[in-house]
Amino acid sequence: MDETQVKIKEFLSRFLKSHDLQLDEDIFALGFVSSLLAMQLVAFVEKEFGIQVEDADLDLDNFRSIRAISDLVARKSAPATA
Amino acid sequence: MEIRKVGVVGAGVMGVGLGQSLAQTGHEAVLVDVSDAVLQRAREEIRQGLRFRGLFQKGERREDSETVLGRITFTTDLAALADVDFLIENVPEKWEIKRDLYPRLDAVCPERAVFAVNTSCISITRVAGLTGRPDRVLGMHFMNPVPLKPMVEAIRAFHTSDETLETARQLLRQMGKDCIVVGDLPGFVSNRILMLTVNEAVFVLQDGVATAEQVDQLFKTCFGHKMGPLETADLIGLDTILYSIEVLYDSYNDSKFRPSPLLKKMVDAGLLGRKSGKGFYDYGIGR
Repeated sequence: MDETQVKIKEFLSRFLKSHDLQLDEDIFALGFVSSLLAMQLVAFVEKEFGIQVEDADLDLDNFRSIRAISDLVARKSAPATA
Repeated sequence: MEIRKVGVVGAGVMGVGLGQSLAQTGHEAVLVDVSDAVLQRAREEIRQGLRFRGLFQKGERREDSETVLGRITFTTDLAALADVDFLIENVPEKWEIKRDLYPRLDAVCPERAVFAVNTSCISITRVAGLTGRPDRVLGMHFMNPVPLKPMVEAIRAFHTSDETLETARQLLRQMGKDCIVVGDLPGFVSNRILMLTVNEAVFVLQDGVATAEQVDQLFKTCFGHKMGPLETADLIGLDTILYSIEVLYDSYNDSKFRPSPLLKKMVDAGLLGRKSGKGFYDYGIGR
């Protein structure tokens, strides 16, 4: 895991009782993500990585796993090309 | 007849979930509460719920959140229910509140409107007796969070007609849900069994037979449950569990529903589960 992924894992692990979360593990399938935690997660990602998550980004595919979230962070952090 | 406009009375957790669920499936909803502050919070929670729904509901056509929110009227005026096709009531689980409310709903709502009592414990037959339309009253025990739970425990009270059950099924179909119809005795099916299970799990803990982790692990790995009974209790709130088991105890006058002394002690100590940060498990500070 890279630095971003480690930070995401650390955040999520605070809500998991003794479970070693893997890079591609579906966090929603684990059943611990409440609507409240989803909001906390988005707020964390915005603050920690200095990105703006738009309503259109709030999709399962962007938040499903540590890798998905880090991919979103990378996309949103890249300088705009168009 | 298509059900277009649905009244929702009580804008707490269930009212918020119902408002969102109805609006995002294209219904007009009238959300009524006695408090403007509660309605304000409900609007904000529904807005957040709509914004984040893409994280929980895959593949659904997603309309703009503000458009969906626009289908909900937030009001403290019961008169706004004068043209609803269907009404779902979720005020607190206190008999006195329901006793005062139902005659007023009966007076203001159209003759044809079906009343659904969204409760986990109060007798539907008793509530129906407060109205002049007992054949058009049924119980609908929605599960939390409402937008994500596809199944509802529906309760046929003593006078509930077949037409009323069909109308309720139709509304649920329109909302992308279904129901299981059961009879009207305290706790119905889900709470009667769940509360007894949770309470016995606390006795097991109290008696030193197993740890909370062991109890929950057994249910998950041996029975394939998604959550164990003690995790579930932490999620629901230990105060709610205690209140529910006490209601069952009083209703059946049966000692099998006596609450575990450990459960009472934990509630007295403020260990209420996730909402207080600690219950059978430690959730850190706050939620």
